[in-house]
Order: sequence, then C-alpha cells, then structure tokens
Amino acid sequence: MPKNKDIKKVLVIGSGPIVIGQAAEFDYAGTQACRSLKEEGVTVVLVNSNPATIMTDKEIADMVYIEPLTPDMLKKIIIKEKPDSVLPTLGGQAALNIAMELEECGFLKENNVKLIGTTSLTIKKAEDRLEFKKTMEKINEPCAASEIVTDVEAAVAFAGKIGYPVVIRPAYTLGGSGGGIAHTQEELEDICSNGLRLSRVGQCLIERCIAGWKEIEYEVMRDSNGNCITVCNMENLDPVGVHTGDSIVVAPSQTLSDKEYQMLRTSALNIITELGITGGCNVQFALHPTSFEYCVIEVNPRVSRSSALASKATGYPIAKVAAKIALGYTLDEIKNAVTQKTYASFEPALDYVVVKIPKWPFDKFIMAKRTLTTQMKATGEVMSICTNFEGALMKAIRSLELNVYSLAHGGYDQYSKDEIIELLHRIDDRRIFVIAEAIRQGVDYDTIHDITKIDKWFIDKIAILVEFEKRLKEEPLTKELMLEAKRLEFPDRVIAQFTGKTREEIHAMRKEMGITAAYKMVDTCAAEFEAHTPYYYSCFGSENEVKPVSTKKKIMVLGSGPIRIGQGIEFDYCSVHSTWALKERGYETIIVNNNPETVSTDFDIADKLYFEPLTPEDVENIVDLEKPDGAVVQFGGQTAIKLTEDLLKMGVPILGTSAENVDAAEDRELFDEILEECCIPRPAGKTVFTTQEALEAANELGYPVLVRPSYVLGGQGMQIAIGDDDIREFMAIINRTVQEHPILVDKYIMGKEVEIDAVCDGEDILIPGIMEHIERAGIHSGDSISVYPAMDLTTKIKNVIVDYTRKLARSLHVIGLINIQFIVFQDEVYVIEVNPRSSRTVPYISKVTGIPIVDLASRVILGEKIKDLGYESGLAKEADYYAIKMPVFSFEKLRGADISLGPEMKSTGECLGIAKTFNEALYKAFLGSGVNLPKHKKAIITVKDSDKLEAVGVAERLKNLGYTIYATRSTAKVLNEHGVDAIKINKIGKESPTVMDVLLGHDIDLVIDTPTHGRDKTRDGFLIRRVSIETGVTCLTSLDTANALLTSLENADKHNLEIIDVARI
Amino acid sequence: MKAFLILEDGNVFEGESIGAAKEVISEIVFNTSMTGYLEVLTDPSYAGQAVTMTYPLIGNYGVCYDDMESLKVWPDGYIVREISRLDSNFRSEAGIEEVLKKHEIPGIAGIDTRALTKILREKGTMNGMITTNENFNKEEVISKLKEYKVTGVVRKVSRTEKEVIEPMCDMQGKTPLNVALLDLGTKNNIAASLARRGCRVTVYPAYTSAEEILDTNPDGIMLSNGPGDPKECTEIIAEIKKLYETDTPIFAICLGHQLMALANGFDTSKMVYGHRGANHPVKDLKTNRVYISSQNHGYVVEEDSIDPKVAEVGFINANDKTIEGLNYIGKKVFTVQFHPEACAGPVDTAFLFDRFIEMMEVSE
Repeated sequence: MPKNKDIKKVLVIGSGPIVIGQAAEFDYAGTQACRSLKEEGVTVVLVNSNPATIMTDKEIADMVYIEPLTPDMLKKIIIKEKPDSVLPTLGGQAALNIAMELEECGFLKENNVKLIGTTSLTIKKAEDRLEFKKTMEKINEPCAASEIVTDVEAAVAFAGKIGYPVVIRPAYTLGGSGGGIAHTQEELEDICSNGLRLSRVGQCLIERCIAGWKEIEYEVMRDSNGNCITVCNMENLDPVGVHTGDSIVVAPSQTLSDKEYQMLRTSALNIITELGITGGCNVQFALHPTSFEYCVIEVNPRVSRSSALASKATGYPIAKVAAKIALGYTLDEIKNAVTQKTYASFEPALDYVVVKIPKWPFDKFIMAKRTLTTQMKATGEVMSICTNFEGALMKAIRSLELNVYSLAHGGYDQYSKDEIIELLHRIDDRRIFVIAEAIRQGVDYDTIHDITKIDKWFIDKIAILVEFEKRLKEEPLTKELMLEAKRLEFPDRVIAQFTGKTREEIHAMRKEMGITAAYKMVDTCAAEFEAHTPYYYSCFGSENEVKPVSTKKKIMVLGSGPIRIGQGIEFDYCSVHSTWALKERGYETIIVNNNPETVSTDFDIADKLYFEPLTPEDVENIVDLEKPDGAVVQFGGQTAIKLTEDLLKMGVPILGTSAENVDAAEDRELFDEILEECCIPRPAGKTVFTTQEALEAANELGYPVLVRPSYVLGGQGMQIAIGDDDIREFMAIINRTVQEHPILVDKYIMGKEVEIDAVCDGEDILIPGIMEHIERAGIHSGDSISVYPAMDLTTKIKNVIVDYTRKLARSLHVIGLINIQFIVFQDEVYVIEVNPRSSRTVPYISKVTGIPIVDLASRVILGEKIKDLGYESGLAKEADYYAIKMPVFSFEKLRGADISLGPEMKSTGECLGIAKTFNEALYKAFLGSGVNLPKHKKAIITVKDSDKLEAVGVAERLKNLGYTIYATRSTAKVLNEHGVDAIKINKIGKESPTVMDVLLGHDIDLVIDTPTHGRDKTRDGFLIRRVSIETGVTCLTSLDTANALLTSLENADKHNLEIIDVARI
Repeated sequence: MKAFLILEDGNVFEGESIGAAKEVISEIVFNTSMTGYLEVLTDPSYAGQAVTMTYPLIGNYGVCYDDMESLKVWPDGYIVREISRLDSNFRSEAGIEEVLKKHEIPGIAGIDTRALTKILREKGTMNGMITTNENFNKEEVISKLKEYKVTGVVRKVSRTEKEVIEPMCDMQGKTPLNVALLDLGTKNNIAASLARRGCRVTVYPAYTSAEEILDTNPDGIMLSNGPGDPKECTEIIAEIKKLYETDTPIFAICLGHQLMALANGFDTSKMVYGHRGANHPVKDLKTNRVYISSQNHGYVVEEDSIDPKVAEVGFINANDKTIEGLNYIGKKVFTVQFHPEACAGPVDTAFLFDRFIEMMEVSE
C-alpha cells in the first residue's frame, strides 16, 4: 500500500525528561522517526519537555514545542498547529499514556486528528492488565496467572490455588517498594499486609512466580497489510526476576534450539497480529528452562529500549521503518537502508554476537540497594559486538568505564569458597564477577546454575575467560597465546597484568607479532548481500573489511559512552551536532561510541561509525587503520576528554583547545596561577592526597569546606564538610577508588551560583546567555533549577562575568567551548569551576537563545572566527523568553538512595519551562517535572535547626495557599511561635500520630525536609524522605526549591499557559 | 589438528579440523540461519555440498536427535567459525562434533566464515577441498577442484523402499487423505506436516514410475525438496509430466517445484550463490502479503521461460524478485521454491499445507 496522502502534518510526542527506565533511546527513536517523516514531505510538529534532546532541534522537526507533557498543553498545541495525525508510539510510555488520554476524552475526534502507528484499542489491549489477559487467552497465548487482591485472605487463597512461590506487587507504589516474593504463607501474609498499607488504593497483585525461567525478547514489526517480521530476538543472561533493563542481554538468543526459537517467534507474530499493531512492538517471554512451556510477560505496543538495542544490534532501523509504516507504507515497499538492495520485509541475519550490559548509578548512590529486581535501576547501557560471546562480554565490560577491564574484579579472591557460594545468592550488578570467582575457586557449574539459574552455556563462557586468565599467568606468551587472548578480547593492559609485563611491552610484542584488530561491517544480512553501511565493529584473527581511503580530511569524534548521572544525553546532542557541522564543512567524520540508545550511534549520522569501547587501546586500533587528521574530544563529556593524552601519543592532533590547557583548568596549581594572572578571585582552597592533609587544609581554611576529587564529572564524590568527622568520612569514600589526581579542599561560600557557556576562537568570545541557579551554592549545578536569563544580576556583575570569561578563555587559549561556574557573594564574583569543553547546559541554552553553539564551536575549531560567523563578541542580547531548566530525579527507582541534594549530582534528567514571564516559565518547569499541585493541600515540614527560621516564611506562604501544615516537634514549635499554625506530629516510633502515620494517610501533597548532616540511614529524616518518594509524594530538601515552587503556585494561572514554538526563536 | 579449506579460486583458509579427519572435495555454499544447525545438517538437499554457517557460534544447544530432518547427515563437509565447547539445552543428547564424527563428516572450524561468505557472494558458489594434509599441493588441488562436478545426488539421498506414515492427529472418525510423497531428498517435516493434518503419507523412492503412484489412486501428490541440478533428473521429470497430466492435486517444494517447471518445458538456471537461510521474504502476488521463509536452493526457475498460458507466478522473492512459486493454470497444481515445512526456520508459510489439503478435499 503506498503512502497515505491524507497525512500531511504529524504531531510526534517525545518521552520527556530522562528518568531511569525511559532514557536516551526515545530521543534516538524520535529523531530517526522525525527524519523519516520529513523525508516523505510530512510536516512534523514535535513536543517534548526535554531540552537536551536532538529531536527538539529545528533541524529535526518543523515546529518544536518544549512544553510539559500534559494533556492540556498538548490540546493547546493541537488547536494551534492543527495536525491531521498524532504519532504516539515513539515517545515511550509517557507519550502513549498522554495520547490515550486525549483519545479517550474525545478531544482527538473533535479536532479531526487521527492516531497513527497504533489505535487506542491496540494500546488498551496491550496495556490494560485485564484486557491483555483476555486477548492472550483468546489466541491461546499463556500468561503467568495473577489476581488483584484487597486483603490478605484473598491473597492466601489465590496463592493456595496457583502454588508458592508467588510475587506480590502493591498497586501504585514506586520502585517496587512493598513488593516481594513469598515462598510460604507466613511470608505472603507479611509482605502482602505491608504492601496493602503502602498502596494508595489498597491493592496488591499476586502473581505466579516464574523467576529463574529464561527471559527472551522478540522485536516484531507489522504493517497495515498484515505483513509481520521479527527484527531480532534477544536472550537475557539474567533469568526472569531481573528487569530486562538491568540484565546482561545477548543477541541473538544463544541457548534456544530452532524449535524453541520458532515457537516463540510464532507466538510473537500471533500477538502482534491479534493486537493489530502497525509499527514496532516488543514481546517479552519467560521460557521454562527444561520444557517448552512459556509465558508472555509483557508486550510494548511501541518502540522501546529493547528496540533501540535491536536496531543497533542488527542495523535494522526500527523507528524509521515504524514511521514509514505509520504513513501507510508496507514493509516490502520500504528499502533496507543498509543494503540498498533488499527491503524492510526481511529478517536480519547476524554473523556476530551482541552483548549489552547496563550502567548502574551505584557509584553515585553508595547507600542505594544494589539488588536487582523487576524494578529497573540502570541509567544507561553499553553494547558491544564481536564474533564470539567471550569477546563481546569483555568489550562490554570495559565500555562501562568502571576502570574494570576483565572478569578479575571486585576483590572476591579474598573470600572463601563457601563465602563465594553464599555471595552467588545475591542478585546484584556484581554477580558476573562473583560467578567468575566461583569458577576460579572450583565451584562446579551445577552449583552455580542451581543458585543463579543462569544457563550453563553462559557459565561455561565465563569459565573460558577465567581459564584463559590462568593460561596467561602460567604459559609463555607465544604468538598463538597472544592471538587467542586478543580473539577473546583481553586488552593489552590485562594481558600485561596477568603476564607480569607492562602494557607497553605487550603492545610492542603484539605489533611485532603482527596481531592487529580487523573491522567487520554490520550489514543486516550476514554478508549475503553487498552492503553500504559504514557501521563497523572490531575483532581479532579475521580479515579487515574497512577501506580507510578517503579523499577528504578525516576527523574522529569521540562519543560519551553510556548515559549516567552527570553525563547524560546532552553530550550525545553535542557529539551529533559537531559531527553534522564538520560534515557540512567537507570533512569525513568518524564517530566512536558504544551506547546503543543514542542518535550518535545511528549509522547515518557520521560518515563512519565504529561501535567500540572508548578505551585508549580500542581507539588506537581505529586510529591505526583510519589515520585521522584530527580528533574532537570536547563534545563527548569526560569520557572523550579522558582520551586526550592517549590520542596525542598516537599522533592524532586534538582539534580545539589543546590538551595542556584542558589540564591547566583541572590542575589546581596551574589554574591558581592563571587566576592570579587574570586577577580573578576564587574561594581559597588546597590540594591534598591523604586524610591527614585534608584535615589540615580544612582547619586552615575554616569550615565549611567543599571536598572533591579533581577530574570528575557531576561532582562525583563532592561533599560539604562542616567538621573533622565529615572530612574523615568523605576522604574514605573518595579513596575507595584509587585517585590518580589530587583531591581538592575549598572554602565553601554560600552565594548565588551563576553559569555560562561560551564559544571562544582564541581571541573573541560569544556568551549566548547567563544562567542563574535558584538553589544557593552547595547544590550541584546539574541538580539546581537554572534560570535564563539571570534575573538578579546588576549590569556591573554581568560585565565582570563577561570580563572574567574573556580573560579565562584567552589565558587558557580556549578554541571551542568553555563552561564556567561563578559564585556571586556580596557583590563579588568568584570563579568556582572552569571546564574547557561542552557542558550539560549547551543544548538548553542553544535552543532558548537560537544560537547554535555546538555548530559555531565546531567551526571555530576548524579555524573560523566568531566575527566571520555573523556574531558579535561578548554577551548576546537576551532572548524575549524566560527559560527554566528543572532537574528531574529517579529516586523512586533506587531503594535506599538518599534523596537530599548536595554537591554531588543526583538528577537523571531535566525538563524545560519556557514562557514570556518568569512565573509562568517556573510553573511550566515544575509541571514538566511532574509536580502538579495542589491536590489535597496538606504538607509536612521538618527542617534542620539552622533552617527553622527561614522555614517560617515558607510555611506562611503555604498557609496562604490554603495548606494544612504538619510539622515535627521542634519545627512545629518554631512555626507556632511565629504565628503559623502547624499540627505537631511525632517522631517515628513514638505515639500516634507520627510522621509515618500522616504520610501513609495518602493525602499529603508535599514534604519539605531539609536533612541534618550525615549519611545515617536510620535517622527519621531519611525514612520520611524515602517513604514520601516511594508513595509518590513530592519531597523537597532545599528551602530555595520550596520557595520557588511556592512562587510558581502563587502566581501561575495555569489555564492561561502560552505555548512557544522554539523553532521560531 | 590443523585443517585447510582450499577454494577453486586459489583462496586458502586455515583452521582446526572438526568431525572426521578425512579429505573431501565438494561445492561450497553458505547458510545464514542463526538456529537450526542440526536441521541443516540433516537436510538431504545439502548432499554434494559443504555448508558454511555464517552464524559464528554453532552447537550451543547441542543435538536433539528428534530434530533431525532425515536419518543422516548429508553435507560433504561442515565449515564454521566456532563450535561450542558446552552444549546446553534440556533436550540435548550429544554435541555437534559427536554427530559429525559419527556420520564421518569432515569439517573445519576457526576460520573467518564472513570472509569466505563474501568470496562466495562475489564470485559465486565454487568447489573447495577440506583437508588436514598440511603439505597439499595447491596447484594440483585446484585442478582437481575445477574438474569436480556434483552428480547423481538425488539417487544418493532418496530412499529405496516405500514407506507409509500414518496420520499424527485425532481423526475424529474421518478417513485420512492419501498423499503420495515423491522423495527427491525429502525432509521429515514435509511428511509430518501432512500427517499432522490428517493425511496418510506414502513416501516413494525418487525413481518410482508415475504409474505405480497413480495405481494407488492418491488424493494428492507431493513432490519434495532435494539436492543438485534439476536438469540432471530427466527420468524423474518424465514421470512428473505424467503425474501432471492427471487431475490429481499436486503440491511441490523446492526441487519438486523446479522439476515440475522443467516438466512443463520451462527452464531453470544456476544462481550465483543461491538462497540458503531462514530469513528470505517471499511475496504472495495475489494478496501482496510477504512471508518470511526458510530456503535452500542454488537453482531457480527462469522467469522468461514460463509460459503464461501454463502457469502464473504465485510467489516472488521480495529481495531479488526471483520466482518463488508457480500456480498451474487450470490444474490443481501449485509449487513453491521455498520451504513451508520450515525446520530450520519460520513456519509462516505452513498454511500452504492447509491449502493443499483443501484442494484435495474439494477434489474428493
């Protein structure tokens, strides 16, 4: 069926802020889909509240709305833009839900707008638990038996019917809190009664436990003519029980015979057919490990994280094809972009193995429970490709940037065999290393399998790696052994470690032996057809397929690796834009990255894509082949910056700011010299290595002080210390990982924090705008509400900021981007941090000012001058809009994580509020981040002593908004003394009503809890904050944030929110 | 032990010997299926060929003898990148190497199968030798390879005795349909697919006369898949022509499809490297539906040779548009190039067996 000519203007809904479980994959999918729609001449209207995305660029969509994803805002956009269709299947669950709301209330019909890509009936059949069960029953597809209960008796009765163990999932609690697996009636009674209490609606789902079964996924496509294909299947190394997003996943499946493979494939096709999906769909199965019995776990009637992975794993562009299908094309009419010869109606054949490993935030949240369950905890993932499983696993491990390069990690050799066997029971992010140690210590496969339920095939693969470690230790390093080591993807440094040689020696030996990496193409067809995709992976002992010849100059763009807290999607935005700019200037671009969720790893972004770990050795192998004329590192976050020195050693010139100058900004002493030369003040500080030195420095500077390692991102390990005990605690935490660079101890100044990004050409600077943080210094800039343009700065201060920026840019010889953070305190401007590279705020400031800074920076890097690019030097004219960037957190997903904000970044994403007035922008920003108040008009306030007086003002404002205030004993006392009525509630464990009682009444809107110091988990505050988050109550830990929220509630008239097309700025 | 694969074009691959350590000359082909290695090994259509598996990890789930598509392993040789050290599946009864050894099939592992596949894709299917002799004389080997020709494979793979397979389903009192299946190298699942649908299948050796089959008055005739150059099967083609002349419904797969075309005066030709895998899209020209099919053929019916008065094209390959199926006009005869019986591969076109059953029922 050819294209449907009635579709001329399509509204594409994005997925909103990055949160755990809904990350960059939807920017990838959305961007690909928008480009695919535009290719067909369709006008694309885009809405997404996330400004760090590529899809919200005016190059990607025709009209761009960075607005909160609420039904009201979408209605406004639809009324204004009059699209004929809405495409809701590319923005994850968020987009699907909102489209359903618009459809169900009849709005779409009234406005003659069609849902394309899916129908509301399809969504309902797939998403509604009961409808889904009914649908599966109709086509004889089995699901795990389950029932919703409202009392313990019913739960026990149902469990009696289906047999133990059973899974308990309380309704409407977040992060799987209150849930669990019960093996006995006692356990069930215990978990269920607690779950019912935690559930806002007093419901629990009791489900047959299929934990330990094989978890298998199929990515399926279907068109309007009923043609169905599977793009690929994937097998989770971690059996059912661990969320697929937290599982190590391999594609294609490894332990399924053709009979099992086809049985599940047929089931997946039956399901997509019955649901009537037109587009992509993901079906997850649990397969009994010793029979043909299976259950359908879940169906996602949309593109998903798994489909992003499947796209990258196979080269089949799922989102692009899904968009074409939505326009009416059938699979056999859509060309396979990879081969240019075949069509989308085929199934990719892989001739390699793909391994995905999640990237977890446990390095940030050291208190969080690392246990992996059915609630996803990973923020991102890495993917690797190799011709064997062992190699793919090894490559994926080192791609995680954990400073881990093999399976010998975690210090498990300290444990006895019995202890290791005990540890095998613990399902967390370190399990694979424990299994490796178990094998090392001679635990047999059966024992490991019985405990972990991981298929023995995978255990054997881990064993092959472990055995090889031993061979390296014991045998002479012959060419044969070296070749095998490289075939299994042991990096030089690991071979060095096991053979007692240096990395350099191994490198030299390897060169001598002529052992070099070969590159193979990802071509969707196992070499059956000639392909044209410049998408490559490396392996050893094979023939190289890449022809490095080019008539153009080559520039290598180093990507930013997996999404993590502190290094998110914004760096992919920068990498992609830089690549485009370089391409446009006539260069051949080469991207190296390992994140399957991103736009940069789409094969049609750069001229060549190398899907590889971002370690020096892996990059060097590419450099040896491609011999690039230069490399760009300033757009790929810390991941790329870290490679600077090695690239120089390989003889690759770094384009833009030189390595020495990057160093100068990070090296405290060099940097101090520069500041002194420029007469720029900074808070007094010292560099230290040991705890003793840190204590001395802190006492000399006087508390409070800021403690942090240098060369880190997102303020990792950064803390405010108010006494010696804190210093001891923080230094111990920082030194858990070996520090190559000194630790910084700085005087902490609690002023207003201000931030700029600037483009510098060595002489001139261009500052698109000054951003001001709402929270006082001390809260990480990534976690602060950021306001553009800065509101409370005098012209004089602004001039000082511009002056300092110019001086710093010149002294550091910055060519490209620079990000500077200032503190304004008592009319004095202090510099607190300088990063001569792209930053988190780059996409946001580009969009609200309309100044394409990555593009400009890329051109400057190539030698152009700011004034030749049509811009004036200095601070750009302020835009007509206020744009407020609101951090978004994923605390509910991370049990045990402390949610209180501080110098270490904790947010996973951000959204934007943009409006003509500050108040409206602020309201939109809160709305976009999911704060939609008031509801019940009840709040709990409990603050630390130093905040008590300031809390009076906050309480008063809440009162004026009609709120009832509950406060803990001492807070209540201060509030009442100052004439603000507050109901006193007791500490946890004291007589009723306690804080917990009030919270579990499920009618609290807001908790304001500023934490007292320390990381003690047993404190009341910690519990209150956790319970708030887990029961879905807004919880703020800074009075600045609370005041901002109140301002927004007091002022915004929410029915009059105006929408702004950012593409027209 | 080292092993070598020497190709007719002079390329040599060095790897590890697997299976039987004997020397073999064969036609080298590749298969892109990611699962179903045992089904491939026991598919008689591979007689006279050495199969390269493009998927690099072979043997992961071991061998379950129930999955064999015939009683023997047919390829002359087996070429893989890696054989799994451990076979892991609840049904596994042996490792793949054990099977190769038992059936005395030589093989080579540890070679760059992708590089080999690219050679075959670009230069076309060619002959090759697998040997463990390190001191081979390349020139001599190549001249031997150039001389080698695959012949007589249908006779080699087909059975010598007739066999009856009873229905494999609850007949609920109905009389089974009698289907005569001409074994040109049939995979087990063709007969099984019919038996599961309530047919009593009589399997005949390839060189059975049309008269012998027609004497039993079957409800339908099924022509199976098989190996080799279809034009070599002149005697069989003559018998098929006789079968065609009757009113008996006929359904033919793969080699059967080619022989039926030749019986009607159409032409077949050798493809550059054929279709072998589990991911080939075929398009039903009546409905425009595309199905993913399992395929294994190196010859194809020439489109230009088809007499439009005799047959119309039922299916084409959605990729290269080659002929994938023919419907004979005015006859209850339809043939497909692909494998609706799957094994290995998708079962998306299994409905063709239902179509055949309906045809027989209407005929009755």
